Amino acid sequence: MSYFTLSLTLFFILIPLVLSKTLRLDLERDVLVATVRAIVQLLLVGYILTFVFEGNHPLYMLIMIIIMITTAVLNARKKGQHIKGITWKLAVTITTVEVVTQGILLGFKIVPATAQYVIPISGMMIGNAMVLSILFLNRFAAEVDAHQDEIELILSLGGTPKQAIHHQLIQAIKAGVSPTIESQKTIGLVQLPGMMSGQIIGGADPMQAVQFQILIIFALLTNAAISSIMLGFLSYPALFTKQMQLLKEQ
Amino acid sequence: MHAISFQDVSYEVTQKKILSQITGHFTKGRITTLVGPSGAGKTTLLKLCNGLLTPTTGQIHILNRAYEEYSPPDLRTTVGIALQAAPMIRGTVYDNLALPLTLKKQTLPPQKAAHYLEAVGLSKDICQQDARDLSGGQRQRVSIARTLINEPAILLLDEITSALDQAAADSIEKLIMQLNQQHDVTVIWITHNLEQALRVSDEVWVMIDGKLIQQGTPAILQQPTHQQVQQFTEGALR
Ligand SMILES: Nc1ncnc2c1ncn2[C@@H]1O[C@H](COP(=O)(O)OP(=O)(O)OP(=O)(O)O)[C@@H](O)[C@H]1O
Ligand SMILES: [Mg+2]
Repeated sequence: MSYFTLSLTLFFILIPLVLSKTLRLDLERDVLVATVRAIVQLLLVGYILTFVFEGNHPLYMLIMIIIMITTAVLNARKKGQHIKGITWKLAVTITTVEVVTQGILLGFKIVPATAQYVIPISGMMIGNAMVLSILFLNRFAAEVDAHQDEIELILSLGGTPKQAIHHQLIQAIKAGVSPTIESQKTIGLVQLPGMMSGQIIGGADPMQAVQFQILIIFALLTNAAISSIMLGFLSYPALFTKQMQLLKEQ
Repeated sequence: MHAISFQDVSYEVTQKKILSQITGHFTKGRITTLVGPSGAGKTTLLKLCNGLLTPTTGQIHILNRAYEEYSPPDLRTTVGIALQAAPMIRGTVYDNLALPLTLKKQTLPPQKAAHYLEAVGLSKDICQQDARDLSGGQRQRVSIARTLINEPAILLLDEITSALDQAAADSIEKLIMQLNQQHDVTVIWITHNLEQALRVSDEVWVMIDGKLIQQGTPAILQQPTHQQVQQFTEGALR
């Protein structure tokens, strides 16, 4: 595909712009910013990936992965500013997800240890862990907010913070994991997963694309479980004082 | 002996003073009622006693031991509270009654649950009912029973009869007075009902605007000598 052909896809941007203008949705600025960012970021990544793939040096891969984790953490922590130490808690969670997934994939030699495999899979895992972390943090805050009474009741009867918040924590963890499970039930029926579509368009054999997709969805399940549970157990103590009182949000 | 004593206790949130320099005590083995207009800081004071809040400044002693010497769970089982809103956890009435024991990994025998329900004037048949379906008055009674399960030495009651009719309120008053007389439980009781305060109190605290205005026998309400107390009782009894 030439850059000229690619530039024709800007028609896809025109449509929302016109709609936003006529319906006064006031989204023009957002759409433009998002478009420019997408172009710049993806082109940049394209160049970097070419460089990393050609070099195929473990250090380049490591640097790429660290950059991905950092970006994910910085993005997700906005949703958890009420939790003390959220930055390192997210960093530990997302790093664990990456280490466990790659540990299994590379340790059992399921995929070869080359940049071509490690980087895209890392991107998917880290991105997914980020989205799930945000989902978890939002839901956890909402659950705690809606059930302050019950939490305080359990504390007032001599319960520990862990006992007091147990129900809210479990609800938020479930909310973090269940979309992954739900989407697996309809996968391939409703929509072809992005990675698989990309491979097929790129000319890969559909069966091979499917095999990879199966690998990815299984990995995502581990990913979902680890990220919600770990982040949950790391973050709930920050909602209480040393004297076992629920911190009220200001 | 003092069940709870306060020395210059203040409580503030973000620059706002909710309790100012409270100095006084609750006598052990007595029933003290806490009266005062809405927003006076009565609930806040009870939450300090039970460790749900920590004073910004000042000292509290519980049964002659410094507040800080207690671990929060210890303090909260020694000083039990029945909260104003009578919150219920999800589950049945039995789950709620058993909660104080469940938290300690113990179980509540069904006969004991029935006994406590009877004590607060409820039938044991409601044990399996969903606690969220209880009426306001039933909730208050389950809440009292639940607080009693920990057998606290000091009992804090926050408007526990506000949703009850006179007959039910009378039976709760009897129950609390009985606990006080037979088991030597110290009771601190917030009520907006001055007649109730006169019926049950050995001692009275009058709080207004975050301050302890006067502490004494029920006579301070019957024949007020303090001007602010007089204004309050006139308003409240009218
Ligand atoms: N966390 C908080 N942040 C800000 N203000 C608070 C907070 N908690 C309590 N207050 C305020 O402190 C004051 C005292 O509240 P408190 O609940 O102790 O009053 P009360 O005497 O129990 O009133 P009532 O009879 O209506 O129950 C009120 O003005 C209340 O709005
Ligand atoms: Mg109150």
